[in-house]
Amino acid sequence: MEHLIDFILALFLITNLMMAASSRLMHCIKIVVLQGILLGLLPLFLGHIEASHLIAALLNISIKGIALPYLLVAAIKRADVCRELEPLVGYSTSLIIVLLFFAVSFWLGTKLPAEEPHLRLATPTAVATMLTGLFIVMARRKAITQAIGFLTFENGISLFGTGRMLDFGVAIELGILLDVLVLVFVMGIAVMRIKREFQHIDSDKLHFLGDNQKEAE
Amino acid sequence: MNETIYWILWLIASFILCPLLPGIINKVKAFFAGRKGPSIFQLYYDLFKLLKKGSVISNTSGGLLKLAPCVSLAAIAVAALLLPLGIVNSPLSFEGDIIVFFYLLGTARLLTVWGALDTGSSFEGMGASREMQFSALAEAAIFGIIGCIAALTRKCDLTMLPATAFSGSISAVAILLCALAFFIVLLMENCRVPADDPNTHLELTMIHEAMILDYAGPDLALILYGASLKLWLFASFFVILLFPAIQVGLLISSLLFIGGIIATVVAVGIIESCMARYRFIKVPQMLIGAFGLSLISLFFLIFFDGGIK
Repeated sequence: MEHLIDFILALFLITNLMMAASSRLMHCIKIVVLQGILLGLLPLFLGHIEASHLIAALLNISIKGIALPYLLVAAIKRADVCRELEPLVGYSTSLIIVLLFFAVSFWLGTKLPAEEPHLRLATPTAVATMLTGLFIVMARRKAITQAIGFLTFENGISLFGTGRMLDFGVAIELGILLDVLVLVFVMGIAVMRIKREFQHIDSDKLHFLGDNQKEAE
Repeated sequence: MNETIYWILWLIASFILCPLLPGIINKVKAFFAGRKGPSIFQLYYDLFKLLKKGSVISNTSGGLLKLAPCVSLAAIAVAALLLPLGIVNSPLSFEGDIIVFFYLLGTARLLTVWGALDTGSSFEGMGASREMQFSALAEAAIFGIIGCIAALTRKCDLTMLPATAFSGSISAVAILLCALAFFIVLLMENCRVPADDPNTHLELTMIHEAMILDYAGPDLALILYGASLKLWLFASFFVILLFPAIQVGLLISSLLFIGGIIATVVAVGIIESCMARYRFIKVPQMLIGAFGLSLISLFFLIFFDGGIK
């Protein structure tokens, strides 16, 4: 059991690395799905299974493994993009920066001792995932990749909650999950609207707000 | 004494059996493509054929071209003397030999690169430049792996990992990550598919093949044999990374060793059958990824497994 928890957390770190290096949007979505499923499986290996763990696992897997990817794939198809072509930070540089995040979060993990010895890797992994997600939101141009980065960030938060075994953790997690679901839903619609107006979804080109088409260009 | 004789037998067997490995990979690829494929002894036939032929040396060469295949094969063969073969530690191993091992392989590569530059062909220079660029990145990953082994065993030796390293859950995960990182390095160093395509003769995609284009006859035979020996060494290192040092009797450890090597090359063949070669721009990312994996396992060991607290 202990081996499995550490193994899942190591897989989580690997998915973060893959996320920083992959340029195809479909690939990014598959990685987020994998993270969601790993996150859903994690509470089942804690040793003592409670009803709240089962509910959290079921909801995590069904929403992050099925509903969110479905919405994102639909948004990608409508917006007709498949690649993040010119990221603000290159992929090799992104990998190195994410590795630096790992170092920082592991150092931080030693400062925040875990509640239980077999969850000692959970806090650093959670912090690393949050930092990776935030970094992807900053370093990519396409609105969809930014939404994927936000999902990664949220995975990190849930992992933190599971890892610290917070009181009412499950309740808070479900609240966040609802927020994220709504966010991705809104994002999907927004991406489609932006695409219809401007023929692209590069968020860094959207400097102006206004009705005047010439000003917006 | 018994183990020393056993190790020497395995050393001789390694020198004899290593041309089988490319044959096994090609057989796996043929199986996936639905072909019959060449015999697994094909490289032996090729080597005998090449040894009987003569060779032509470029006029611009200053002599290094002729020297490079012998010296690089010699460096790889000396590296083989340090490796635990048949899952028994080498009698010649000494403190810090893991660094000597990887730098002997580096010397072999350096000589191949010098030989390529010595031909005076710009095409081979291009191959040499690519090879050096990627191997510099692979070296970072190798140093991460050496760091992990040092953190686990408190020594910098090319020996089997102690069985206790596999019982702790964090160190077991760290070893797995290290093995994964080493497998990526293995693919790059032996010019296998995601990094380089051993079959291609298309100038845009060649790395290793571009460097050895000017060789023919016995020189080419030395280079091909050296490449297969290098693949054998990398596969054995991969195997000894995954097996703990436990006493199971010489026969069983022989079987484990040869089975592990065959499994490794079959895995290489399967990857080669179902993946396309990466674009050049992706290869450094793959190697930085391998470096990242080894760094993650180093973090695991340093921060959570009795390192710096």
